[in-house]
Amino acid sequence: MKFGVVIFPGSNCDDDMLHVLGTVMQQEVVPLWHKENSLPNFNKEDCIVLPGGFSYGDYLRAGAIARFSPIMQSVIAFANNGGYVWGICNGFQVLCEAGLLPGVLLRNDHQKFVCKNVYLKAQTNNSAITSKIELSTALKIPIAHAEGRYHADDDTLKSLEINDQILFKYCSEKGEIAEQFNPNGTAMNIAGICNKNRNVFGMMPHPERASEKTLSNTDGRILFESLVANSAAKVTI
Amino acid sequence: MQVTEPKIDFSIAKNLGLNEEEFEKIKEILGRTPNFTELSIFSVMWSEHCSYKNSITYLKTLPRDGKRLLVEAGEENAGLVDIGGGLACAFKIESHNHPSAIEPYQGAATGVGGIHRDIFTMGARPIAALNSLRFGNIKEKHTKHLIKGVVKGIGDYGNCFGVPTVGGEVFFNDCYNQNILVNAMSVGIVKVGETVSAIADGPGNPVYIVGSATGKDGIHGATFASADLTEDSAEDLPAVQVGDPFQEKLLLEASLEAIKTGAIVGMQDMGAAGITCSTSEMSAKSGTGMKIDLDKVPTREEGMKPFEILLSESQERMLIVGVKGQGHLLQTVFDKWDLECELIGEVTDTGRLEFFHEGKKVADVPSQPLVLGGGAPVYEREFSRPTYFDKIEAFNINAINQPSDFIATAKKVFASPNLVSKRWVYEQYDSMVRTNTMTTNVPSDAAIVRVKGTEKALAVTTDCNPAYIYANPYIGTMIAVSEAARNIVCSGGEPVAITNCLNFGNPYNPEVYYQFVHAIKGMGEACRKFETPVTGGNVSFYNQSVLKESTKPVYPTPTIGMLGILENANNYMSLNFKNENDAIYMIGAAQNDIGSSEYLRTIHEVEHSNVPHFDLDVEYKLHETIHAIIKKNLVQSVHDISDGGLFSCLMECAMTSNLGFEISTDTNFRKDAYLFGESQSRVIVSVSASQEGALQVFLGENGMPHTKLGKVADTRAIIDGEDYGYIKDWKTVHDNTLHTHLEEA
Repeated sequence: MKFGVVIFPGSNCDDDMLHVLGTVMQQEVVPLWHKENSLPNFNKEDCIVLPGGFSYGDYLRAGAIARFSPIMQSVIAFANNGGYVWGICNGFQVLCEAGLLPGVLLRNDHQKFVCKNVYLKAQTNNSAITSKIELSTALKIPIAHAEGRYHADDDTLKSLEINDQILFKYCSEKGEIAEQFNPNGTAMNIAGICNKNRNVFGMMPHPERASEKTLSNTDGRILFESLVANSAAKVTI
Repeated sequence: MQVTEPKIDFSIAKNLGLNEEEFEKIKEILGRTPNFTELSIFSVMWSEHCSYKNSITYLKTLPRDGKRLLVEAGEENAGLVDIGGGLACAFKIESHNHPSAIEPYQGAATGVGGIHRDIFTMGARPIAALNSLRFGNIKEKHTKHLIKGVVKGIGDYGNCFGVPTVGGEVFFNDCYNQNILVNAMSVGIVKVGETVSAIADGPGNPVYIVGSATGKDGIHGATFASADLTEDSAEDLPAVQVGDPFQEKLLLEASLEAIKTGAIVGMQDMGAAGITCSTSEMSAKSGTGMKIDLDKVPTREEGMKPFEILLSESQERMLIVGVKGQGHLLQTVFDKWDLECELIGEVTDTGRLEFFHEGKKVADVPSQPLVLGGGAPVYEREFSRPTYFDKIEAFNINAINQPSDFIATAKKVFASPNLVSKRWVYEQYDSMVRTNTMTTNVPSDAAIVRVKGTEKALAVTTDCNPAYIYANPYIGTMIAVSEAARNIVCSGGEPVAITNCLNFGNPYNPEVYYQFVHAIKGMGEACRKFETPVTGGNVSFYNQSVLKESTKPVYPTPTIGMLGILENANNYMSLNFKNENDAIYMIGAAQNDIGSSEYLRTIHEVEHSNVPHFDLDVEYKLHETIHAIIKKNLVQSVHDISDGGLFSCLMECAMTSNLGFEISTDTNFRKDAYLFGESQSRVIVSVSASQEGALQVFLGENGMPHTKLGKVADTRAIIDGEDYGYIKDWKTVHDNTLHTHLEEA
């Protein structure tokens, strides 16, 4: 399996992702400059990561300009062809703006940037990044965003539920999902979703910030481990 | 602003902040009367902000070398410390007080941007930021407005730029009602030998301006920073710069990439006094000159005057001296990042700065006399013992009655804005990006930042309790240095160097100058004791409130930013209690002292009292002891006693783990002094049963005073058998008080 991490102007979690995928998870990973207009040597079992940050300064609207970067045409084609695409934080915003995921991410209800540890509960094992997560456990994974309030119309939210596309919801340390544990006013406590074809993932929390013993938090590792295992299975098939 | 060139006389020089003696000196240097552009150049370069004219004599008394220092203080944009393994750390703290007092959001944001540029202009990648903030009374509407603006400004800039804010401090006192202090610190990493200097070697080499276009913002900002803040200062709004963190992020990546091409001779960021400062400092350092064509400078609007282009403090710009014939290499990098890289002139051997505009030479001045250490004026001001010292000397602890209800007192002290959690502030900062912040999940007295690719970590902290400095500038500043070093030692690190941000009132006020001179003396002594040389920093004078009939300086506030090193990151020591029934010890001796404490200000409303008890030798011995017991693995947690005294310290140890404590005070001391006094050189440790014997032996053998206070308990605080209630209830107050003040009041 191979990972590609897209660097937009203003991306700032690209180094962290390259570090965790390469040094910590020991995976093959390459940086991809946003001006490139093809993704040669990437196959279906590989994954393109859109990292966190402030692409184009988040001016206009988070992710709204990055979707027009040359590389995004190739990322869309790669996703439509069944390859894994994973957007985290700003990457999630870009994926929504690019139409690869439904809905949008609005300014937090309290109008402020917020960076802190929160707890997440995986809602399904039926996705490549959640397949190995014990559904009853709460994972401690930090958020750091000003625009993380997931929003979609009622029909879209309903279809996300029906199609089992909600990957993560915010919860308490003990795993209780309730409005008081919602850090930004997001619809239905949603922290992450996937597309209908289950190969494009978007989430606001940062698993790459919770994957090393040195940082005293490894709750995020299981997402990477799940993905690597599923990719291997895809190759075997 | 002038439209036509005015006839130059002293009245114009005075308007630009120059005195008569300085005006005469300029005429002497040039051998003629300067034109308006030239006069503007001298006025900014000789402003307090750029020239350090009223402080440099004393700054030179500070210890400025040490075995780890790779550059001497003031030699480069920031200090550079060898951290081993072929790596160096560049770090510096700087003020942005006056802009933030006028326009808190942009003022604070550009303060952050400016200090990061100082670090990456040397070729170092910033990996951590800290800030030290002083505000007025939190109940004032104006203060709330300033806090919200400053915090959002720091957050928006740093978060987008992608460097974590890992530590800092926030302090409230009425003396900052008009004149807040915003001090920002940046810490970066660079390979030894791959740094870039701010030099302009090699006549004939091309000079480039890169980054943002030049606009009219911040003109005479340096002069503005060197003047008293008045009620009319809001009219100076154009003197405040506007920040663009996205441009800065691009500039960072492009600059570091450009350095790798080998096509750069020297580089300097543009901060105060823009093109003027960067061209003069770079040429003065190399003994060269420059010819600059101002028509080539990309501007944001048509028709900018030469002096406007020269003095603009537009942000996110750099001046680069390139290697002749290799300009294409730079161009490729800046094209990649979609940034301007414009050839605007060349290095000459004349020692003069020659600026051209519309084909005409508009200024011609020698570079050397403009700069600090060259010909810029140097003054020593008069000083005299402040009269308020009489009130401090008159303070008598015996005149202060002990409270009858200690629980109620503890609740009131503990809820002081100075002691409660700054969560409302720091959650607006990205504290984790770059995935190096080790103290996110396990807190420590200093912020611990892992250095990727090595076993090492940096321990960083900013410290200064201005109330102590006010009470006694000399001892108070020794305490500031000691507390910074203590925080690093308690976190398991070794203190190595400091940067300072010296915030004082008007230097022409002899009482303010007294504070300054004595603070420097205390700082020098403490830094020599801990072998933590001063690598640089900045001086911010003129911090005062202008009232109808008088002026009132802020508390003298020499903020210390200290860098420490942990050879093995995983050996860092945390501050929180670990296990129920672990014994709690206080290392260091208690004192009958409540001087300058938060308790005394909050409960008894006493502003003038003695500086807390302090002895530099005792402090040093404490550090050696703590260093050894951490190394010998004799303790579970270490936390120093500082603001709020023993009670706050114990609460902080307990809250993180939601454990309680059960302790007894010592009847040989006043109970208020024991619980809330801030006498220095004391540390709280928790110890498991298996460690306790060895700890006692070690402390005994080393003659280190210590007291067994009690033990870690389940969920409550018990003092002298009295139940202070659940820790989680104290934590609720601790976590939410600032929020209540700022969002609900």
